[in-house]
Amino acid sequence: MLSPALLIVCGLFIGGLALGFVGSLGYMPLIGQETFNLDAYRQILLSERFLLSFLLTFHIAFTSTVIASLLALGAALILRQSFLGRSVINFLFQINLTVPHLVGAVGILYLFSQSGVFARLAYEFSLISKPSEFPAMIFDPLAIGIIMQYVWKEIPFIGLILLANMQTIGRDYEAVAQSLGASRWQSFRHVLLPLLMPGLLTSGMIVFAFTFGAYEIPALLGQNYPAALPVLAYQAFTDVDLNARPEALAMAMIIALLSAVMIYGYARFTRRYIRK
Amino acid sequence: MKTRFQGLSGLSWLSLALLISWLILPLIPLALWSVSRSWFFPDILPSSYSLRAWSYVFSTTSEVLPALGQTALIALGATCISVIIGVPAGRALGLYQFRGKAVIEILILAPMIVPGIAVALGLHVVFLKLGLAGSAIGVMIVHLIPTLPYMVLVMSGVFSNYNPAAEAQARSLGASPLQAFYYVTLPAILPGLMIGSLFTFLVSWSQYILTLLIGGGRVVTLPLLLFNFASAGRNDITGAISMIYILPGVLLLLVAARYLTGRNGNLEGMHRI
Repeated sequence: MLSPALLIVCGLFIGGLALGFVGSLGYMPLIGQETFNLDAYRQILLSERFLLSFLLTFHIAFTSTVIASLLALGAALILRQSFLGRSVINFLFQINLTVPHLVGAVGILYLFSQSGVFARLAYEFSLISKPSEFPAMIFDPLAIGIIMQYVWKEIPFIGLILLANMQTIGRDYEAVAQSLGASRWQSFRHVLLPLLMPGLLTSGMIVFAFTFGAYEIPALLGQNYPAALPVLAYQAFTDVDLNARPEALAMAMIIALLSAVMIYGYARFTRRYIRK
Repeated sequence: MKTRFQGLSGLSWLSLALLISWLILPLIPLALWSVSRSWFFPDILPSSYSLRAWSYVFSTTSEVLPALGQTALIALGATCISVIIGVPAGRALGLYQFRGKAVIEILILAPMIVPGIAVALGLHVVFLKLGLAGSAIGVMIVHLIPTLPYMVLVMSGVFSNYNPAAEAQARSLGASPLQAFYYVTLPAILPGLMIGSLFTFLVSWSQYILTLLIGGGRVVTLPLLLFNFASAGRNDITGAISMIYILPGVLLLLVAARYLTGRNGNLEGMHRI
């Protein structure tokens, strides 16, 4: 029953990774190169372009994951309470879950570019006198626009996972802690938070791997130099110079390696592994 | 279950209001742009409105309608294949314990976490050789990388709450395997299967880099068109395409929000959208 699915997953997924790895070692029979070497890795690891790009991408992924996780935790703590209008708020909280990343990126572009909605508001309140005075948040070195897009998109994702965890955990443990004299903060810090940690870590790892390897958002909102790693890999891959291909594939391997670390972490922290 | 309302403090309401506005906010300029005729700096709202972008989008000469059809067709195809292959696999994972199950689970999970670009760059050569690069079929096949594992995960959740004893009863009463599946299994798994398929459709619907790499620019789906119009600065048309593009997802959420509970694997795959 499993074999067709495994065949496709292995063929496409493992096959794609394996071919990418072989290609990153310089093996390209199409243009007559049939030897293996580490030139591509040596070249990118020594180039400033790659290192800056790696650092930028790490910054984007790390910052977005941390901010989104913290805000999602706060949101989940509020949303688990029962209050009037909760179902409406819950629906609004989920709404961008099904909105593709690219649409969110365009929305952020129209909000935060130097002629965007917020620049116009700043002009209205005489904070700036021309568009170029508005702080650059799109195509900027700190990738603020990209991070805002990821935070926007991932808050509901992490938030819903945490809410589901909170439902499973229930309120009893906190109630016990409080009846034994713990303050609300103490029962959160020492009871609920440790129980939520696996969920927080696993969803954070999914988000980190995604934000490290997504192409379209930095391609639309990011600067040219240094570009985010997936953008750099795509540029190298589509370069007319075929010798750039092993470098593109080497970058793909580095992205894959990083997500492999995340998968390892995910497997370790998933609930079913921890409860054993 | 508790039914009493605890009520929220003022601070909670304020932060909730800020959060929800932040989540809705990026969609508003898109909607406004789609109906604007002119909207120059520093106007906060468009100075005049028109349906120009919408009539362009629905005109027979624009590339939007063919792209819409292309996107839907690819997503439908990827979903059908995922159902056919994913349901048995989900059943195996949901119902049975066997050696190596943990490894297989990780193997199914991995394609949902590893970014598409890392896999597709390596696959490109093979697709080129097989003549699949640049074709809708090739794009559909490469979309299976995120859609199939998602379907397997959802269905293994469905089957872990399913009791196969009823099938054995039907069989002992003389039903053929096909009849047992059609009259016993299918009705039991149908709700989960429907929801899973709809979300699988959305996963394919929102793919960008896999389509760009394997389609090589010749398979133009809605997100590719959206990206091109956005980087060309055609904000009105970009807005209109965005509205069309998010419609299936928002409709689906209206129907199926309560299934996104995070306990059936539905949610874990949502970041692929």
